[in-house]
Amino acid sequence: MTGRGGILERNFWSTVDWWLVGLYLLLVISGWLNIYASEYDPENARSIFSWSMRSGKQLLWIATSIGLGALILLAIPVRFWEAVAPIAYTVVCVLLVAVIFLGTSTKGSHSWFVLGPVSFQPAELSKLTTSLILARWMGRYNFRLYRRRDFWMTVAFILVPMLIIVAENETGSALVYLSFLFVLYREGLSGWWLFVLFMVIVVFILTLVFSPYAALWTAWLVTVICMAASAGRIRPLLCIGLPIAAVLAVLPYLWGLLPEGNILRAIHPSWLLLGVVGVCAVYYLIRGLREGNMYRLLSVLALLLALGITKAVPIVFNNVLQEHQRTRIEVLLGMKEDLAGAGYNVHQSMIAIGSGGLTGKGYLEGTQSAYGFVPEQSTDFIFCTIGEEWGFVGCLLTLILYGFLIARIVMRSEDAREPFTRIYGYCIAGILFLHVLINVGMTIGLMPVIGIPLPLISYGGSSLWAFTAMIFIFIALCRNEKKYF
Amino acid sequence: MTDSKRHIRMLVGLVIAFGILAGRLFYIQIVDEGYKTDAMNNSMVHIPLYPQRGIIYDRNGNILAGNKTCYDLLCTPAAVEAFDTVGLARVLGMEPDVIKEKMAAWSTRSARRKIGFRTLVMFSKLPAETYLRFEEVAYRFPGFRGQARSQRDYPFNAGGNLLGYVSEVDPPYIKAHPEYKSGDYAGKTGIEATCEEILRGEKGEEIYYRDSRNRIGAHYKDGEADKPAVPGKDITTTIDADLQHYGQNLMKNKVGSLVAIEPATGEILTLVSSPGIDVDYLADIGSHYKEIASNPYKPMFNRAVQASYPPGSVFKLVNCLIGLQEGVLQPWMKYPCTKGYHFGKNTLGCHVHRSPLDMEEAIMMSCNAYFCYVFKNVLENGKESVSEAFTRWDEYVAAFGFGSRLGSDFPSELGGFIPKASYYDRFYGKNAWKAHTIISLSIGQGEIGCTPLHLANFCATIANRGFYYTPHIVKDSENVRIEDKYRERHYTKVDTAHFAQIVPGMYRAVNAPWGAGGTAAIAAVSGLDICGKTGTAQNPHGDDHSVFICFAPKDHPKIAVAAYIENGGFGATWAAPIASLLVERYLCGQTQRPWLEQRILEGNLLDKVPAK
Repeated sequence: MTGRGGILERNFWSTVDWWLVGLYLLLVISGWLNIYASEYDPENARSIFSWSMRSGKQLLWIATSIGLGALILLAIPVRFWEAVAPIAYTVVCVLLVAVIFLGTSTKGSHSWFVLGPVSFQPAELSKLTTSLILARWMGRYNFRLYRRRDFWMTVAFILVPMLIIVAENETGSALVYLSFLFVLYREGLSGWWLFVLFMVIVVFILTLVFSPYAALWTAWLVTVICMAASAGRIRPLLCIGLPIAAVLAVLPYLWGLLPEGNILRAIHPSWLLLGVVGVCAVYYLIRGLREGNMYRLLSVLALLLALGITKAVPIVFNNVLQEHQRTRIEVLLGMKEDLAGAGYNVHQSMIAIGSGGLTGKGYLEGTQSAYGFVPEQSTDFIFCTIGEEWGFVGCLLTLILYGFLIARIVMRSEDAREPFTRIYGYCIAGILFLHVLINVGMTIGLMPVIGIPLPLISYGGSSLWAFTAMIFIFIALCRNEKKYF
Repeated sequence: MTDSKRHIRMLVGLVIAFGILAGRLFYIQIVDEGYKTDAMNNSMVHIPLYPQRGIIYDRNGNILAGNKTCYDLLCTPAAVEAFDTVGLARVLGMEPDVIKEKMAAWSTRSARRKIGFRTLVMFSKLPAETYLRFEEVAYRFPGFRGQARSQRDYPFNAGGNLLGYVSEVDPPYIKAHPEYKSGDYAGKTGIEATCEEILRGEKGEEIYYRDSRNRIGAHYKDGEADKPAVPGKDITTTIDADLQHYGQNLMKNKVGSLVAIEPATGEILTLVSSPGIDVDYLADIGSHYKEIASNPYKPMFNRAVQASYPPGSVFKLVNCLIGLQEGVLQPWMKYPCTKGYHFGKNTLGCHVHRSPLDMEEAIMMSCNAYFCYVFKNVLENGKESVSEAFTRWDEYVAAFGFGSRLGSDFPSELGGFIPKASYYDRFYGKNAWKAHTIISLSIGQGEIGCTPLHLANFCATIANRGFYYTPHIVKDSENVRIEDKYRERHYTKVDTAHFAQIVPGMYRAVNAPWGAGGTAAIAAVSGLDICGKTGTAQNPHGDDHSVFICFAPKDHPKIAVAAYIENGGFGATWAAPIASLLVERYLCGQTQRPWLEQRILEGNLLDKVPAK
């Protein structure tokens, strides 16, 4: 036996998770091929190795990434990561702030350091360092998620880099931090939190697309149903709750029918809805206090939250969000058709993917991709090339590769004996998942256009290195686990 | 505290999330075909190849309408960079402001949205010289390119109205004919319109790749998917180009029409509507359209097939034939004429001539009274009511082709007007009218309208001694088979024997010695045996219209002509000379009466015609 983090152990080959390495290599190579295809110009065909092509450069990134992976597996002691986590986290947070002032501005966001030919985005790295610090913090022996200090520190670790990134105008990257909710869920966060988050999004969308009234009505109804279900009080729900809901639903319509000047027009339906919500809140508050029922008290909070959102959303939407973000959301929600402007990217991307059909047009045969209809083709919209040239089969295969990769990481994390490995594994599984979900969702019009790369496939050294490091650190951690058995 | 099932839930969540992505992919890639079409439109540029339009020949193989190449200058506003406006203007021979204005109109915000990456026609029909000058310097003007297309070219100044014009299709036209696209050309009037399907050919296209900046790239599939343009098929018309040209010259500065038919076939030899559209205007109708439309004599109005004129005395022949068929008239019957036909206190006047006359003389001298008697006898025959008799009269008239479209292959043909019994019932009350009430019909006046084509066709019917072929302008050829209806003889309801009885009268009208009283002696050409009938149609718009129909030779006629000269006065003044000169030209090639020809060519009646 050699010591921990030894150079080359006898059982090196058997301790490495070759599944993960294999999936990693498949994705990286498919990325390289597709980057070439995305830039391929039938009239001026250059070699895939050509340095003037992005595929040529990507090959260098891939080579260095594999070197990085080997370095992590072979040269770095596995305990190093746990040890270095606080320093790395702090340094990266400083870099995140520094880049706002020192970085180069591209497309309105200050998130890149440019050092000669190399540009580097601290935000990519911060996902890794945040994962490490969370793994270390939550992996402590006596960590309890619901202990106040533990909980708020956890939230702070996530929020600090997230908010700095928002300040960098990289809202998309910041959104990825939501993926840490998965690890919190795994570590005991109530599923209700996820449900609440889901409802917040629903209320947000309803407010924008329909009206604050509809949003508040929905939130109120969901709360009432949840409360009734948790208390087993179905009959009052059916007899009182639902009829009131129905009346409230048609009220705005009826109100609109009232002639101008009618005395009843003074009573706007939203006041009635507010009244109903208020009555419910007071009722839950009293019963909650009397019975000491935590859920009832939380439901009051939920109603207040919903009310707050419906009031805040229009303000945030119109005053806080920037024009392009507003348009993206409006286009995604179908409030605006803007095929030439904000909707152009998505529309073109869907055309490219849609035109692929079942088996695609064949490698390098794409017409949409090669002729530059889709913007950011080799980076954020690389999935278009896959969709167009490899068709549904290729898309499905890519999703399956990602699915296996993520599932494998989840399973290995679950099996891990060390909390550090487990928590770190869930962190990167969540990050990978959200990246794929948002990126692919964006290209097919299910998500707003958020400029985040498709892990391992999109062109770009920064991102490839970061994901390589994430995955290989996990492989190294898992390798360490093997020793126990 | 951990829940051991949570990772399973999360994996299920993963599968569901990816399942939603896969479902959406399945929908847009396999279910929805729309994206594939969009992709085709997106990444290919289809450059249309416009076919050569079929050539229109006359009956002798002369080209009436051919083709020449001209160029459209296309512009893709999205691809245009800042360019030397003045330079472009100089090359194109235009004012820089014209170009600036166009570019300014295309670069407003809303226009840019609307245009997108599309390519628009900036200037159309540039002559080849101009375009070649542009091509030399085209590299300096990215976003601009030329596109060849063929334009009509007319070697003969013949048949402007007949040929019709070709112009770019407009939105209402595309709506009615969805197979056309903006930028296509279509025949709008005349033969170009009737034979559009034959003449237009098939549009081809070349397909190129293009990128999102609309730059044209490689040839798609190395040109395998290209489609060459199929030129339109040629058409041979029945028109005699020389005769048409001559007819147009004769009709110059007169308003009216001149129609010549080959009686043995129904082929239209000449169809002049004057004033007509000069062929030079046809090729570029767009820039002359205003001028044409504002011409008070309405050159776009094809009088030969659309105008509804009172036929005047020419119509006496119709009543004469009906009378003969009905048995109320015999050629030997004589009727008196004392400067007209008197009924009650009224008189339908006539010119001074000897009296009484028999039928032949009445035709020769065009006696009004004679045909009033005939008409009265037809309607008031003692066997039936006037209304019933009139209905039968109507049937006779209709059998000659009057009162409705003849069914020629000319697109805008109209039917004229022949009254029905019910028309007078409405007007005067049932049974409250009799022959005298509508006596003007006997001499082709009153509530009656015929097109010059009707008259020519009637003349051809007499020439054929009792039948006609539907007049047509497309000649049967290998490319274009004419319909069978143009090969059918249409008999009238009058026995063919009776036609032979009226021909001598027509012959004498032209060929009777001077002083004998023939109304159309001026039309006589020795050796041609022209038979004719004059008409002088009263009308509410100034001087009488001058009308003449004739055919020649008397036996085995080769040509039947109707001339209708608005406000020309007596039939013999203008219509008869014009028609006879046309006949002479057709049968002899030149005239023996240069003095008459000169008088006609120089004659100007425009002042007499009230502008409408």
